[in-house]
Amino acid sequence: MNYNVNEKGYYGDFGGAYIPEMLYPNVEELRQNYIKVMQEPDFQKEFKELLKEYVGRPTPLYYAKRFSEKYGTKVYLKREDLCHTGAHKVNNTIGQILMAKRLGKNRIIAETGAGQHGVATATVCALMGLECIVYMGAIDIKRQAPNVARMKMLGATVVSAESGSKTLKDATNEAIRDWINNPTDTHYIIGSVVGPHPYPDMVARFQSVISEEVKKQLLEKEGRENPDYVVACVGGGSNAAGIFYHYLDKPEVGIIAVEAAGKGIHSGESAATSALGKEGIIHGSKTLLMQTDDGQITEPYSISAGLDYPGVGPMHAHLFRSGRGEFISVTDADAMQAGLDLCKLEGIIPAIESSHALAIFEDRKFRKDDVVVVNLSGRGDKDLNTYIEYFKLA
Amino acid sequence: MNRINKKLQEDKKLLSIYFTAGYPKLEDTVPVLEELVKSGVDMIEIGLPFSDPLADGPTIQESSTTALKNGMTTTKLFDQIKDIRKTVDIPLIVMGYFNPMLQYGVEKFCKACSEIGIDGLIMPDLPLAEYEEHYKATFEKYDLKMVFLITPQTSDKRIKQIDTASDGFIYMVSSASTTGKTSGFSNVQREYFERIDALNLKNPQIVGFGIKDEETFKAATKTAKGAIIGSAFIKMLTEKGIEGISSFIKSIRP
Repeated sequence: MNYNVNEKGYYGDFGGAYIPEMLYPNVEELRQNYIKVMQEPDFQKEFKELLKEYVGRPTPLYYAKRFSEKYGTKVYLKREDLCHTGAHKVNNTIGQILMAKRLGKNRIIAETGAGQHGVATATVCALMGLECIVYMGAIDIKRQAPNVARMKMLGATVVSAESGSKTLKDATNEAIRDWINNPTDTHYIIGSVVGPHPYPDMVARFQSVISEEVKKQLLEKEGRENPDYVVACVGGGSNAAGIFYHYLDKPEVGIIAVEAAGKGIHSGESAATSALGKEGIIHGSKTLLMQTDDGQITEPYSISAGLDYPGVGPMHAHLFRSGRGEFISVTDADAMQAGLDLCKLEGIIPAIESSHALAIFEDRKFRKDDVVVVNLSGRGDKDLNTYIEYFKLA
Repeated sequence: MNRINKKLQEDKKLLSIYFTAGYPKLEDTVPVLEELVKSGVDMIEIGLPFSDPLADGPTIQESSTTALKNGMTTTKLFDQIKDIRKTVDIPLIVMGYFNPMLQYGVEKFCKACSEIGIDGLIMPDLPLAEYEEHYKATFEKYDLKMVFLITPQTSDKRIKQIDTASDGFIYMVSSASTTGKTSGFSNVQREYFERIDALNLKNPQIVGFGIKDEETFKAATKTAKGAIIGSAFIKMLTEKGIEGISSFIKSIRP
């Protein structure tokens, strides 16, 4: 079976470009050019140089000795938390800003939930001297004040999304509306493997540097390119797409996607899309999404703002339906505990998103000689307030 | 013959009104429809509210949010308008986003529309290629006209594809914008209207987005067959209610 996108923009039953005609010229321009541009030697050169010199890649593949001992298996952490700006998000924004420049766009828009993608976008816009407008839900602006300040310091304009539920999905709607209203000079940097084709594929390709590096690093450390499992948290699913990418067609590598169960899958406060979602259309893509019987998109919940999205990228919907991926959901409580455990065991404070991936080892048992690579997608500095409140640390 | 095709043959400029079903109150759908017909509009677009209406500006989104809070659903709408053909004989179009239709079931949705006497559908996020490959046969089986949008950025080549795929009218979006955004028309729009007119398309065009009064209605219908008013009508409805409909329509087309 094919786990990559086909020529029509689908992963199995999922994907496509369900967009209003107003967006067609922009999305079509991107579709016709993205692969060509990405394959140009000077694009590759500039992209790789920036990833090395500016982002700090390759990020280490770290053998987590004490964590491994605790769970009786071999666990490696792919240290995306050490990227400039603190998460894997910047791999994609670097790629897309170079794409935007080559398409002659001088105005950049983005959506953000917790603010990580907004910061990563504001960062590359500052780097390239381009105008940057970030849409963020009014509620998230209140919850994530430090990231709002970061974006402003980096020169971005942060626009409050006041429509609907005033969170990530509405920020995405507002960014799409901005693009409709500014059809010629603007590029929309989507932050995850969601949205109309070619976005899911383009973002996955930019993030695929993660598994490209893992292959080389694992060969050095273990004498083989393929681990037994790769594990990543999934909100929209960009860090997961990155670490799965070069293993999609290697059936000997198990793929584990970890979703946020929130307060429990059946609590009514959850973001476990594979368990709760049905096939439908969100933000221009046919995928699995949380919705009412009437087809209205519902508001998800997770303690982690980065996993708080009612859909999942079409690649992941396909991995789920085809059975290629194993999907596990983790509650707030288990994720928070796993995050704190990593601090104590390895001296690494993980983002709460990444803590979800770390939490599976309590129940999901691996063999002693299994090599399990977990994508540590981001660092926990941004989550300090949540950690402090949750564990009453102050 | 489908009521839309018949209406388009009339020798006049058509005034079409969009409103959100279940707004301002859940049970206002039929009273609004009947008052619009009494006021002399030529065609009505019944908006099926959606939680995430990407192509719409704040006015229509807010009316949709209210309608959903009021309890509007696809099933409820079909139930409200099941006997509408006893009192209304102008063309009726359901306008909504694709996800609620997909959840209801595309064929079941088309069948329900056909039984009620709906003449066409506007689904802004169901693109031409998907429609032709997967849904065209079903729409046609129930004699529902799918109306496609074009914008100032749509290439002539694509406009011709859309013209070929359409049988009714083309929804000509007046400017690069979401609904309810523009304030009057500039030379850019006038040139665009003339450019489209010069293509001599087989389907007449009806202009939408940015029409709000007599002046913009006249400007839009100078070359086009008609115009659609949405946000401006919803605003009026919010302020004045159903009693305001007839004088609003008179102010557009005295």
